[in-house]
Amino acid sequence: MKPIIKVENLSKQYRIGARKESYATLRDTIAGAVRAPFNALGRNGRSGKNTIWALKDVNFEVVPGEVVGIIGRNGAGKSTLLKILSQITEPTTGQVEVYGRIASLLEVGTGFHPELSGRENIFLNGAILGMRRAEIAHKFDEIVAFAETEKFIDTPVKRYSSGMLVRLAFAVAAHLEPEILLVDEVLAVGDVAFQKKCLGKMNDVASKGRTVLFVSHNTAAVQKLCQRAVWLESGKVKEDAAASAVLENYLHEMQDDFGSDLASRNGDFVITKARMFGESGQESQAFMTGESLRVELDYKCARNFPGAYLYIGIANRETLLFAANMCLDGSRIPGGEESGKLSVTFKELPLAPHQRYYIKVGGRASDNQTPLFEDSDIEVGVIQVVGSTADIHLNGEASELLISDSSSVLVPYEWDFGKGRVRNIESFKNVKLLDHRSF
Amino acid sequence: MDTIQESLVEVGVDPHLPSPVGESAARHHAVTLPEKPLVIIKPRQSFVALDLRSLWTYRELLYFLIWRDVKVRYKQTALGVTWVLLQPLIMIVIFSTLFGKVAGLPSDGIPYPLFACASVLAWTFLSSAVTKSGNSLVGSAHLITKVYFPRLMIPAAAICAAAIDLIIAFAVLVPMMVYYGVVPKWQVVMVLPLTVELILLAWAVGMWMSALNVKYRDVGFALPFLTQIWMFLSPVVYPLSVLPPRFRLVMMFNPMTGIIEGFRAALFGLPFNWLAILISTVVVLLLLAYALFSFRRMEREFADIV
Repeated sequence: MKPIIKVENLSKQYRIGARKESYATLRDTIAGAVRAPFNALGRNGRSGKNTIWALKDVNFEVVPGEVVGIIGRNGAGKSTLLKILSQITEPTTGQVEVYGRIASLLEVGTGFHPELSGRENIFLNGAILGMRRAEIAHKFDEIVAFAETEKFIDTPVKRYSSGMLVRLAFAVAAHLEPEILLVDEVLAVGDVAFQKKCLGKMNDVASKGRTVLFVSHNTAAVQKLCQRAVWLESGKVKEDAAASAVLENYLHEMQDDFGSDLASRNGDFVITKARMFGESGQESQAFMTGESLRVELDYKCARNFPGAYLYIGIANRETLLFAANMCLDGSRIPGGEESGKLSVTFKELPLAPHQRYYIKVGGRASDNQTPLFEDSDIEVGVIQVVGSTADIHLNGEASELLISDSSSVLVPYEWDFGKGRVRNIESFKNVKLLDHRSF
Repeated sequence: MDTIQESLVEVGVDPHLPSPVGESAARHHAVTLPEKPLVIIKPRQSFVALDLRSLWTYRELLYFLIWRDVKVRYKQTALGVTWVLLQPLIMIVIFSTLFGKVAGLPSDGIPYPLFACASVLAWTFLSSAVTKSGNSLVGSAHLITKVYFPRLMIPAAAICAAAIDLIIAFAVLVPMMVYYGVVPKWQVVMVLPLTVELILLAWAVGMWMSALNVKYRDVGFALPFLTQIWMFLSPVVYPLSVLPPRFRLVMMFNPMTGIIEGFRAALFGLPFNWLAILISTVVVLLLLAYALFSFRRMEREFADIV
């Protein structure tokens, strides 16, 4: 079988750290720009200490009609691979032969302009993604129907809720008809119902014999959609086989170890495992509003580990919402033991249904100043809040539709309309939780 | 390319979930692939030719980018497109008062407001086109890092949108020429080629600046000053004839000299300074060639450094 994509010895090198050139004076800049074409002839691959190989000698082939999942940790080179395949950036060495039209979906809504209406943005975004005007016009009604935004189609998209915007953006992208579709994590947005719809649409695309390359952290989606998976690690192909086999190995390794992400700066403290438990004590990723959540971390530390301050928090896509923070409450990870377990229980999750939340960890070293990890707010898990709005006493007409765009945290409140007209929203605790308890 | 797509569509008979590997392999047989790859992605060679095929494929995108710029420009403004006329008008009034009345600069025998009108129209276009297209790539960073299309489209769209303003702004000339009783002579046909030359000049400079701006944000800061300086080095508020003869030749290497003087001659029926027009045409073409070359060379790094 002849491949539709043939990747040969593909490598990409990035420079890291500060770019010295940005401090060049204007005179140097102009002089350099004038000289540049003469220098360009004699210049080739850069090398040095401040470089990193995002991809190194990657080889694989994809035959037409295949749906291939690309998996790997953050920084393993997945996105770089997609960027090269979609011609956004050039490889440093190696080459890719492509025998069909490629469309890439590295982000939904690329090029949406807030001032333009939904209708106008469909055309603009379609053109940016490589669709012909006639093609867009032909599919226009279908796109609008898929996005469920008929009513607002002539409203500027700056007045759209984020959920509506994502739906519209995905709808345009989902109606691309290339021979090869590259998809990067777009399913991580939107509510559960819409995600299902998107997965369904991708399924259709695949079943029409198109080739799909799908990069995702969502191993369940990869399992469901892909026949084959390519596992990248540190820029190299670690395993390339049937999806189920690769995923099994991948998940196994993920459980054992998070990788260098979760080691402290000087390596004396490493989080090796993070698990979430629900009210029943079962390990879970689905929680109800008002349920308790216990986050448990396994860690290893050096013999001379002086102890440190840690926080474990819940974040939405943008910000940390709340956290249990040792820097504030004065607790510390005990030092002097080589490994241990610690857990924190959030007693009543004030989180809204149909939304997705991230468990984040961060901390400070024993001096309560130096950051403990290289990055702040490291994600160690994802939870989905389940249940309907009716379950949490929100009976507004469109509450089920609007809740995914509403605020990420729910706190009990009371309305007072004067003249003794008071309405008390006492609790958001999911009624099913109460039923469950009374057993 | 259409035949490939059709044959691929025909393969899709299986409506349920993606089948396991064995079954899907059977599906693949009906697909015919082109003999040669449509695209070979590899590190580009030092010499970079224009990729005309991909420019042609994406021609509609250029249209949409221009359309977006034009459409968005005057949203939430009370005066809307009137600004296109107001901007040069206000400048003409200021220049006529300051340089015509107060400083008493000569104007080759033409009423000063009319004299300034020709140059101000050309200049307003050049400075707004260069500034907008100079900032266009940086302003489109979100596009550059997420989708592939010929990057040349972005500064080109900014120039085209400004060119539409220029064409509208020409309307300012009509009442002014009627008021001063100037009737165009045969020379007026030169307005079209000179306008084309002006647009090419703006494109060359704007494109070059936009690429430099990706790497050196200094360009964004320097551009307003540079265009200001350039204006005073061009015969916008004064005629070329005011300079001593030995400086005139030097001035002609500024391509705006030939264009502005040419505009005045064309509109008000004066003799053309052919030498200035020739020099400026050659300079514009050289600049354009260099800008295209330079842009194509820097283009491959855009997504990584923007």
